[in-house]
Amino acid sequence: MELCSFLTLDSFITDPLTHDFMRKALLMSSLVAAVCGFLSSYLTLKGWALMGDAVSHSVMPGVVVAYALGLPFSLGAFIFGVGSVALIGFIKQKSRVKEDTVIGLVFTGFFALGIVLVSKIKSNIDLHSILFGSPLGISLSDVKQTILISLLVVILLSTFRKDLMLYCFDPRHAKTVGINVFFLHYLLLTCLSLAAVVGLQSVGIILVVAMLITPGATAYLLTDKFDNMTVISVLSAIISSLIGIYVSFWFDLETGGSIVLAQTFIFLFAFLFAPRYGIFKLKKLFSGYK
Amino acid sequence: METINYQNFRIDAENICVDYNGKVALYDANLRLKPGQICGLVGMNGAGKTTFFNALTGFVNISKGKIRINGESVRSAQKDQTIAYVPQNEGIDSQFPISVWDVVMMGRYGSMNIFRCPRESDVQAVKDAIERVDLTEHYSTPIGNLSGGQRKRTFLARAIAQRASVLLLDEPFSGVDIRTEKLISELFIQFKNEGKTILLSTHDMIHVREFCDLVLLINKTVVAYGETSEVFTPENITTTFGGISPDFLFGPES
Repeated sequence: MELCSFLTLDSFITDPLTHDFMRKALLMSSLVAAVCGFLSSYLTLKGWALMGDAVSHSVMPGVVVAYALGLPFSLGAFIFGVGSVALIGFIKQKSRVKEDTVIGLVFTGFFALGIVLVSKIKSNIDLHSILFGSPLGISLSDVKQTILISLLVVILLSTFRKDLMLYCFDPRHAKTVGINVFFLHYLLLTCLSLAAVVGLQSVGIILVVAMLITPGATAYLLTDKFDNMTVISVLSAIISSLIGIYVSFWFDLETGGSIVLAQTFIFLFAFLFAPRYGIFKLKKLFSGYK
Repeated sequence: METINYQNFRIDAENICVDYNGKVALYDANLRLKPGQICGLVGMNGAGKTTFFNALTGFVNISKGKIRINGESVRSAQKDQTIAYVPQNEGIDSQFPISVWDVVMMGRYGSMNIFRCPRESDVQAVKDAIERVDLTEHYSTPIGNLSGGQRKRTFLARAIAQRASVLLLDEPFSGVDIRTEKLISELFIQFKNEGKTILLSTHDMIHVREFCDLVLLINKTVVAYGETSEVFTPENITTTFGGISPDFLFGPES
């Protein structure tokens, strides 16, 4: 039965839509992907991939504590996300240890704390869904939170779009013309923490960093214009989410992993065939060698 | 003591010190420049040239001393778009997805509204600036596709569009072609006539002789400062470069 419906593309797409949980998952994951994709352009250009990894792992204890106390999990995650960055900055300044070491050290410490807390706090926290995401089992209160946070991040990023671009490109010039660089730095960090919080519902804590860097990296290979980069990044993130969810539905695969794998494949495609920066330069293949 | 009207100085740095986490990068440095003066900043790598620039732009805080730009604090100078910084080519991510037009427009950001929507006057300023550096055919060229000289001119255009009266240039002549070098030297004369003040760092001793009225030799602090003809002597240069003979620096012919 299932195999038959499989054969037509139409039902491949429409069948899952008859399920309420699938409609919700597709919508929410697309929203989350769009937010992470938007931020992704800035993170890849700023060179904050490792920072993204750090923040997303560091939110773990925050999520656990918030669940245990019955608070919105986003609040706990946000506090620990920003806290980890502050701690990284503090240790870096007060010791001779190099920055990448400090980042690795702090986020694994936070992450470990989260795992220990889960084992200690005997509640109905589903470790699996935190680690690997559960877009199919998203609750109504989570939906509300996700929409609110996503809106907030999109508004912040849109408002300060150009300033953030300048901050990533040439912070010294920003400072020289009287733009508050300190504010922009923490704005970007705040957005990063918030995006990590919503992203972990889709793909989980371990893989959320992929949502924050892969779409940006893909877009970076495809364009030389910043605005286009943002658009491509958002689109590739949304498309990956949709592909990931459909594929996981039909083949019964882990959803978070499928979404990230879809992103990775799109990146590989750009890496190989991007018109200007790909290994095989698609343009040349079509137009022939001169 | 003679009385000085501080308003007369475009740049007035008095006994400034900068340290990074307790490590001294620059101490007791003084510099006074008037409108229309061009000053060369000469020193070894790590002698504090970039730190000096950073202090003047407010990118790092000074731990001691006082800086006045046009008689104001650095902070108000930033707000008034008084200072422009033209970075070294190496200090810029040339692969950043951004066009010549967008970079030059960044010179206007400080005087735009919060969304940085360009007004008619901003567009005109950017057009004029790009024209002055002879890049009109490259409005939409990504900076990654420019030559080193063209990229340098793009950042000069940004400083022009900003309409700053103090220009800080980090190695303006390094890695540029003859055409760009000629254009920059022409611009310097125009800037001078417009009453702008220029502080430029350079490794090239010939450029100092050619363009700079004044020279500031530094090695963590000021080694010598004054009229180029008086201060730019082999002895002073040797001291600045930690004992390396000027013959080596100038080449045998000088």
